[in-house]
Amino acid sequence: MARILLPTPLRAYADGAASVEVDAATVAAALAELVARHPQLRKHLYDDTGRVRSFVNLYKNDEDVRYLEKEGTLLAEGDLLSIVPSIAGGAEIPSLRRGGARDEGLSNEEIRRYSRHLIMPEVGVEGQKKLKAARVLAIGAGGLGSPLAVYLAAAGIGTIGLVDHDVVDDSNLQRQILYGVSDVGRPKLQAAAERLREMNPNVDVVPYETRLSSENALEIFRDYDIVADGTDNFPTRYLVNDACVLTGKPNVYASIFRFEGQASVFWAEKGPCYRCLYTEPPPPGLVPSCAEGGVLGILPGLLGVIQATETVKLILGSGEPLIGRLLLVDALSMRFRELKLRKNSNCVICGPNPTVTKLIDYAEFCGVPQEEARVAASTSGLPEVTVQQLKSMRESGEDFVLVDVREPHEIAICAFPDSVKIPLGTLPQNLNKLSTADEIVVHCKMGGRSAKAVQFLRDAGFRKVRNLAGGIDRWAQEIEPRMPRY
Amino acid sequence: MIALAKGLLEQIRAHGRDAYPEECVGALLGQKGEHVRVTHVERIANARGNERARRYEVSPDDYLRLEKLALEVGLDLLGFYHSHPDHPAAPSAYDREHAFPFFHYLVCAVAGGHPGEITAWTLAEDRGEFERESILEDEA
Repeated sequence: MARILLPTPLRAYADGAASVEVDAATVAAALAELVARHPQLRKHLYDDTGRVRSFVNLYKNDEDVRYLEKEGTLLAEGDLLSIVPSIAGGAEIPSLRRGGARDEGLSNEEIRRYSRHLIMPEVGVEGQKKLKAARVLAIGAGGLGSPLAVYLAAAGIGTIGLVDHDVVDDSNLQRQILYGVSDVGRPKLQAAAERLREMNPNVDVVPYETRLSSENALEIFRDYDIVADGTDNFPTRYLVNDACVLTGKPNVYASIFRFEGQASVFWAEKGPCYRCLYTEPPPPGLVPSCAEGGVLGILPGLLGVIQATETVKLILGSGEPLIGRLLLVDALSMRFRELKLRKNSNCVICGPNPTVTKLIDYAEFCGVPQEEARVAASTSGLPEVTVQQLKSMRESGEDFVLVDVREPHEIAICAFPDSVKIPLGTLPQNLNKLSTADEIVVHCKMGGRSAKAVQFLRDAGFRKVRNLAGGIDRWAQEIEPRMPRY
Repeated sequence: MIALAKGLLEQIRAHGRDAYPEECVGALLGQKGEHVRVTHVERIANARGNERARRYEVSPDDYLRLEKLALEVGLDLLGFYHSHPDHPAAPSAYDREHAFPFFHYLVCAVAGGHPGEITAWTLAEDRGEFERESILEDEA
């Protein structure tokens, strides 16, 4: 027999008893017996999905069962199982504002502007005032950040912070709808702030023209209620996650690649964090970035709008947020799937025994410097030709074979007409197209894949093979400006 | 309705002022007879690790200590009070999600460091919403 000690507020549902004797071998069985005997306790101990409510702590004698075997913890004769409510509460999110609460009344202009919101009971004047009082920080003003910021500004979010240090490039315009042709070459945040203020002058746009780092993240996050992660690299993604966990902010997350996207709301207080889902970053170089692998321009629109929707829901406190759920979007099949996420009790940052208690070096954590050193070591010592040398070799009619190891869809954009086209992956079975007697120059887009090809050919016995430094991209920049770049 | 012995509301306000700009939290002890009457308030350290400007938390150790204290002195643990720095004295959705029935919750607004209105709430049986109750302070 073990004894369950009930907290004051639950005694009323157990005929006023302060404790109940149960004959059960585990914590789970003890709770089941308690609830079977006093059914009214069920809704206070378990949530709708049958899990023990997050604010119900269970102690076996003096120990929190989370650090033992959780609900599988064994109970012996004479053990005392205490149900300890976690007493917590606090103000609404928007009251976070430092320097005192502002009266967030709506002007007549705002009432006209937001009328489609105001007539919905789920928003109404109260909800619109919450949006106006809210402070949202978008990390990245690119593919995801553009639609996110546009809709947040249109919806009347009072303060929108943007972190980005890029300049608008031609290749951004395919998806980054904050920018137009006249913005190319301008700092993104300058163009973004102008555009957002033009859309809604009631919005306070706060630009942070800097790279988010372990040194500045906590300071920047402190002033915001919600952070929306629209970054395109793993070091920043882990940095955003950790800074959100440490400051207690929800992280409205999305990521995109080619035709697929993911979205979730990571909020350590209420559910899993990014590290619960991905404890370790992938090996560097394994997952290509959008710059390397491409992305359907519309996809960040789809995902960025999901981020904006989740952000607005969190502020209004309505609906069912994407907490503990990972939404998978496949634009090619146009299917939305959902995975359940669980909080990892061993999570190094949001678990009960965290080992990460401050921000770390995220480039190091994700293996970026190690990878750069590895690439440098593997390509150093490989014989190279510069684009100038290649130009004079071609002009002087030198006898050599130019090999292009790019993919067919890249060759369709630009190529040397006289090159032999052998995509890198098919090189091993096409060795018979090349002769060890020939002088060979290999190229790709930037020089990375062709370095691998040169190494492979040298290992296969080719001695007179060299790599074109900088690839066809540098050729287009320095020798043939009319060649398209991609 | 919840009744408080004289001077207790002033003690709660003083705690809110002391803790500003962070939230304060404390326990309400007294009798749950025919009428609920608070005779003693007890300050508790806000166990919240971060975000104390808008969150409070009572550690399990403190909670068990209070239950024990109440038992020893023959009082009931009736509920908790907390402050809302720069925010109205109305319970938030977060307050409601974390609340228990039976307990009484007092919320004290502290605007710019100056404590103001105090309101009292209990959670509906179905956990659906907070119901406001009136506060009565003893005359003497």
